[in-house]
Amino acid sequence: MTEVARHETTPGSLAGDRIEDTHETGHHIVPISVYVKVITALMVLLVITLGAAAVDFGKMGLPWLNIVIAMTIAIVKAVLIILYFMHVRYSSKLIWVFSGAAFFWVMLLFVMTLVDYFSRAPSLAY
Amino acid sequence: MTSKAPVKHSVAPPPATTHYQGEAEHGHDHDDSHVLMHHFDHMEQQRESISLGMWTFLWTEIMMFSGLFFCYALFRWKFYDAYLLGSQQLDITLGTINTFVLLASSMTMALAVHAAQVKNRKALMGYMVGTLIFGGAFLGVKAVEWTADYHEGMVPTFEFMGPRGNWNPALWRTTHHARTDRKPEEATRLAQIKPDSTVTYDFKHKKEVSVQQVKMYFMLYFCMTGLHAIHMIAGVAILLVMLLMAAGGWFTNGNDQPVELFGLYWHFVDIVWVFLFPLLYLIAGFSMFGGAH
Repeated sequence: MTEVARHETTPGSLAGDRIEDTHETGHHIVPISVYVKVITALMVLLVITLGAAAVDFGKMGLPWLNIVIAMTIAIVKAVLIILYFMHVRYSSKLIWVFSGAAFFWVMLLFVMTLVDYFSRAPSLAY
Repeated sequence: MTSKAPVKHSVAPPPATTHYQGEAEHGHDHDDSHVLMHHFDHMEQQRESISLGMWTFLWTEIMMFSGLFFCYALFRWKFYDAYLLGSQQLDITLGTINTFVLLASSMTMALAVHAAQVKNRKALMGYMVGTLIFGGAFLGVKAVEWTADYHEGMVPTFEFMGPRGNWNPALWRTTHHARTDRKPEEATRLAQIKPDSTVTYDFKHKKEVSVQQVKMYFMLYFCMTGLHAIHMIAGVAILLVMLLMAAGGWFTNGNDQPVELFGLYWHFVDIVWVFLFPLLYLIAGFSMFGGAH
């Protein structure tokens, strides 16, 4: 009977529209308002991506600017998704390090391999 | 039927055995049917360990996709002009719609996780159905897009198969004019592509590029969007099963973590698309309405 009683009291205690630290169960409930803000930001960033792609910065002598803007926005979007949708913002330090290390490792592999390709003599290209 | 559960279940939920030792240690009484496995000390440790396991899986996924992204980066650097021609063949409108749809599906998935946490079975099912609809819409658009790609001669096929596949530079868009402006005899010429064939285009500037280099772009386009779509299909299949389980009350009895873990996977697949969209579709800028820049 005690179990049934607890079953009934739980939903009410978690329904508040604020970040509840349910420390004993080890997880937080992210309020819906946070998700709404994040999805709004993501949609706005998508529109900005399209807007930036419509401008040909090559004509202004900055041909690299298009890809830099596109990738910067993509990274901001990814970080928003990781922090809020994937709850890393509210997770333990261990999850922070673990998830961050994955992307850091990708960056490391990219940079080191590209350094190899970029620094080859033309005769050794590919 | 001595004790009746507050939520109606059409399928029996998992056994709600609580580790009472853990309960006593922490002295809280609002916790309910979480299942604390015997090799964990308390729920917090168990949740974190399980999350860490999912992140380990995502590591392997990140590594798999990053191999393709590296290939993309290297050949973009080498064959930029060919990439520009290749990306001009894609339909930015469909790509944009799919990006919106996928971001929306991430939103409904996040809300599904929330619904599971506050133990609202109906909301959980509703958001899961919403995620399925958006996920299905994404795959539907992709199917339409790939069909068009096939008819527009963009699918690289094996040379030894001869002109059987649909790899035909004569069908490509080489100016900002619509495809229908092309001369019919040119469109019907299913070219035998020689290794040294070139295509001349006039978008941002006039350029002559090697067909083989454009082929590299399309190989990567189909591999990357294909691998992404395989992940979407797997996600939709898993979500269908989870929807049936949710209907039986599996995730609204305190056991909400499976929904959260699936959410991690779904959001990861969304992130991959967030990078694929600008990299594949927006190289040559914006020509949604067929006009010049």
